[in-house]
Amino acid sequence: MLDVFITSLHNLLTLHHLGFMMIGVAVGLIVGILPALGGIAGMSLLLPFVYGMEPTAAIAMMVGLLAVIPTSDTFSCILMGIPGSSASQATVLDGFPLARKGEAARALSASFAASMIGGLFGALCLTAIVIVARPIILSFTSAELFMLALFGLSMVGVLSGNSLAKGVAACSLGLAFGAIGTAPANGGERMTFNSLYLMSGLEITIIGLGIFALPEVLDLLRGNSSISSTGKLGRGWLAGVRDTWREKWLVLRCSTIGACVGLMPGLGGSVSDWISYGHTVQTAKDKSQFGKGDIRGVIGPEAANNSCAGGNLIPTLLFGIPGSGSMAIFLAAMILIGLQPGPGMADPNRDLHLTYTVVWTLALANVVGTAACIALSPSIARLTTIRFVLFAPFMILIIVFGAFQSTRSFEDILALLIVALTGIFLKRFGWPRPAFLIGFVLAGQVETYFYQAVQFYGYTFPLRPIAVAIGLVTIASLWFTSRSRSKKKAGDAPGGIVTDIEFEPEENVTAVAKNLWPQVAFTAAAVAFFVFTIIEGAQNSFLDAVFPISVGIVGFLMAAFVLFNQYRGAIGQGDAGNLNFDQDSGPDNGSLWRFVGWLVGFVAAIGLLGFTLALIGFFLAFLRIVAKAGWLQVVILTAAAVGFVLMLTSVLYMILPGGLLQHYFYDSMVWPLR
Amino acid sequence: MIDLTRRKLLAAGSAAAAFGLAGVRPALSQASVDFAGKTVEWWMPFSEGGGSDVWARFFAPYLSKYLPGNPNVIVRNVPGGGSITGSNEFVARARPDGLAILGTSGSTQFPFLLGDARVRYDYAKLIPVLVSPTGGVCYLPAKFEVKTPAELGKIKDQELIYGSQGATSLDLVPMLAFRLLGLNVRHVFGMQGRGDGRLAFERGEATIDYQTSSAYLTNVRPLVEAGTAVPMFSWGVLDAQGNVARDPTFPDLPHFVEAYEMLHGSKPSGVEYDAYLAFFGSGFAAQKPCMLPEGTSDDIVATYRKAFADAVADPELQKAKADVLGDYDQAVGGDIEQLYKVATSIKPEARDWVRNFLTTEYQVKL
Repeated sequence: MLDVFITSLHNLLTLHHLGFMMIGVAVGLIVGILPALGGIAGMSLLLPFVYGMEPTAAIAMMVGLLAVIPTSDTFSCILMGIPGSSASQATVLDGFPLARKGEAARALSASFAASMIGGLFGALCLTAIVIVARPIILSFTSAELFMLALFGLSMVGVLSGNSLAKGVAACSLGLAFGAIGTAPANGGERMTFNSLYLMSGLEITIIGLGIFALPEVLDLLRGNSSISSTGKLGRGWLAGVRDTWREKWLVLRCSTIGACVGLMPGLGGSVSDWISYGHTVQTAKDKSQFGKGDIRGVIGPEAANNSCAGGNLIPTLLFGIPGSGSMAIFLAAMILIGLQPGPGMADPNRDLHLTYTVVWTLALANVVGTAACIALSPSIARLTTIRFVLFAPFMILIIVFGAFQSTRSFEDILALLIVALTGIFLKRFGWPRPAFLIGFVLAGQVETYFYQAVQFYGYTFPLRPIAVAIGLVTIASLWFTSRSRSKKKAGDAPGGIVTDIEFEPEENVTAVAKNLWPQVAFTAAAVAFFVFTIIEGAQNSFLDAVFPISVGIVGFLMAAFVLFNQYRGAIGQGDAGNLNFDQDSGPDNGSLWRFVGWLVGFVAAIGLLGFTLALIGFFLAFLRIVAKAGWLQVVILTAAAVGFVLMLTSVLYMILPGGLLQHYFYDSMVWPLR
Repeated sequence: MIDLTRRKLLAAGSAAAAFGLAGVRPALSQASVDFAGKTVEWWMPFSEGGGSDVWARFFAPYLSKYLPGNPNVIVRNVPGGGSITGSNEFVARARPDGLAILGTSGSTQFPFLLGDARVRYDYAKLIPVLVSPTGGVCYLPAKFEVKTPAELGKIKDQELIYGSQGATSLDLVPMLAFRLLGLNVRHVFGMQGRGDGRLAFERGEATIDYQTSSAYLTNVRPLVEAGTAVPMFSWGVLDAQGNVARDPTFPDLPHFVEAYEMLHGSKPSGVEYDAYLAFFGSGFAAQKPCMLPEGTSDDIVATYRKAFADAVADPELQKAKADVLGDYDQAVGGDIEQLYKVATSIKPEARDWVRNFLTTEYQVKL
């Protein structure tokens, strides 16, 4: 055993190995900081070079990249509110409000510190666990994974904001969105409108960008300021590190969650992200600041996503089952360089030293990456002090371009637009978006594992020992939540359930509306959507219908309850209490719809003229009309945007979304236009 | 309209070239094709990191090496819609100029064979330049004490469980095979890949499974050596005459048809077997074809076929191919048409039978 350690250390600490690791780290930093690109893009960028490389060098390079991405993508989460990857969506919840309060520096340093500790702790756990990981992973069957998914869903209780009814309804909405596409059991197509695009379901990237990023961008455009509302960066580099140190137990707990979830094939980064965020909220004494900029809301998920990336390596290396998109490419690269992952990777007499090299490279790259991120932060954080109207078109560009990377079709952009509209309403009417995301992220797992568990073990599957244990933890967690809920004032709400966490309201906005009709209309639309889910679901064979129908019924009941109370409020009978929430009822600071119009216009222009022309037009018009910038500035910024996109696409051999123009006149077009 | 114009232009262009060069070279010479400074896009209707993607990325540098002018060969992933989207887009978009090629897999062939209405590509019109076979081994837990396919009758009445990716996925082949053998198998769907199925087998949830050759060698052979799993048969390969033959990776293991004979005493036949053969060919024996678009000129086709033949003969490729291509003979040059035909065609009555089978037994809407 000792000689395995020594061999691995020896491998690790050669100049050759470290050099390639640094290349990976550097690429990972760049790719992570650019919000449109995640681990998948970074890995595909390296893939062509990996080929023909010496195996350990190739692994060093790729692992260097994999280790840094969950750290460096924090920049866009905190500074712009754009989830850098699907495994860092929860960071946006508190990170972005912190940046808006002018505490970007503190949030970044706290998150980097947490990332580093999480990554190191993850590597430590993995070192200990690798040899026994096989039986552990094998003992988590579909039954246990289903129970884990349920545990994840139970977090809705804590993430529900001020009304449990809305929380459950939002979660059901997420589950219903997750049910779109080919069903896992009999392969029936649900809510696809016969479109090939929807056949494979909505991509999590698009959901993240549409639900979180775009509504924030559009909302921010209304107040003509910078992201940091104080216009300052704030001090507090050290304060952030101190925050993380103070919350060290939280960091360790969340890293454990991350490593464990990462270890399980089939759960993935976004699940660990949301469970650890839920855990952070649940175990905090004072919950009042979550969603408005509580530093713990950044520390928890960031600790988890780094250790999860490490945990993910185990099923990939030991079973050849990738835990995420970037792991799939890592696996592909390993096969290309002649390494076939399998049980040999945990065998001290065979490739165990390779596994340790990988795990420790991950740890080392984490430290290097964190140092680099901290060094880069002051200059990058300055972005938050730029006048937002100048910055917004770049963000919209990045979001649209990022969404397009999901399947590289125009439908990606259309889907983004529709999801963003949903997100705007969820935000405006106080439907908790975290609950929606939890539902969406877990929809596939809940359905697939339930079906498989019943098929393999019959309906008594929850009685398996580990499943019982997970069930008990879930019940304890729910009890914990409900106790903290019921402690609060309960009398004035029609549901009788109130929490202390309010995710949606911005500071100083009274969200209690006098005119309830807009809310009534949205809730009615949600009710209608649930009815649609039930009807569409019912057209499938029994196995494919069970899930959408159940989700539809729960969602329908909850939404109908909300609707009933809001309607009574609207016609002046009684007070809708905590169900009355409309962010736009407060002092009017300009309509959001004007900016939605710009977005729709941009998308329509892409559909007609293709990306390049639409981009030029959108930038010129927006900067001139909305930002009222001088012509020189307009031209420089537009050229910068176009240059950036064209450089990126030509370096990475990406394609640009095409429109009708390209469709009909493809042959007469030259490169940037086609 | 546009198509016509383009063709005219192309024709005019090549005519001009021919006149300009005053017929120095014969029209069909490969030397007239030169991709120097160009970029060849290898369309891949799957996302990065999948089996087909790895296959294309493995070949890409060798293709670049042997195409005249050494063009840059890049893999363009167009995922979504179970690989129908990307393939549809290819036939709509790609020009027959030799700068766009399409690589597909069994998962792309199956909807075509099943007559899925959303399929816009027609394999009969695409021009194959490479066909890569793959193989796999079906195995059972040792606890059944079935040592060879001849003894499969012992578990005829027992319900076996198979972790499947779906009734219309590549797992349709084992589904048809088990049925032909007369095994009583319950298919549990929703597996995300063969790796998931293997995991279910190792947990004891699934009681019959198959893995593709390389995954079998690394992950299942240890189980066989430990005495917990027993290999039954390989899927086999197709020889140049289109007959099923033993898999070169597993020369000691009977192939499926032999296994059937060992169990039933006669060769399989009938419409069910025709259906099995079509999907076996498409899903294994000729799983991954690489094609040029309809209308590509003969000299470009010949150039590509020669490039792939040279690539496959490259000693470096031969040395590195083990994990990606296995020991299978890559069909290039003259061998290609026969194998390609097997992979992309099905008898109408066999198609009807499968469609009916999937609809009635598995509620699949086709």
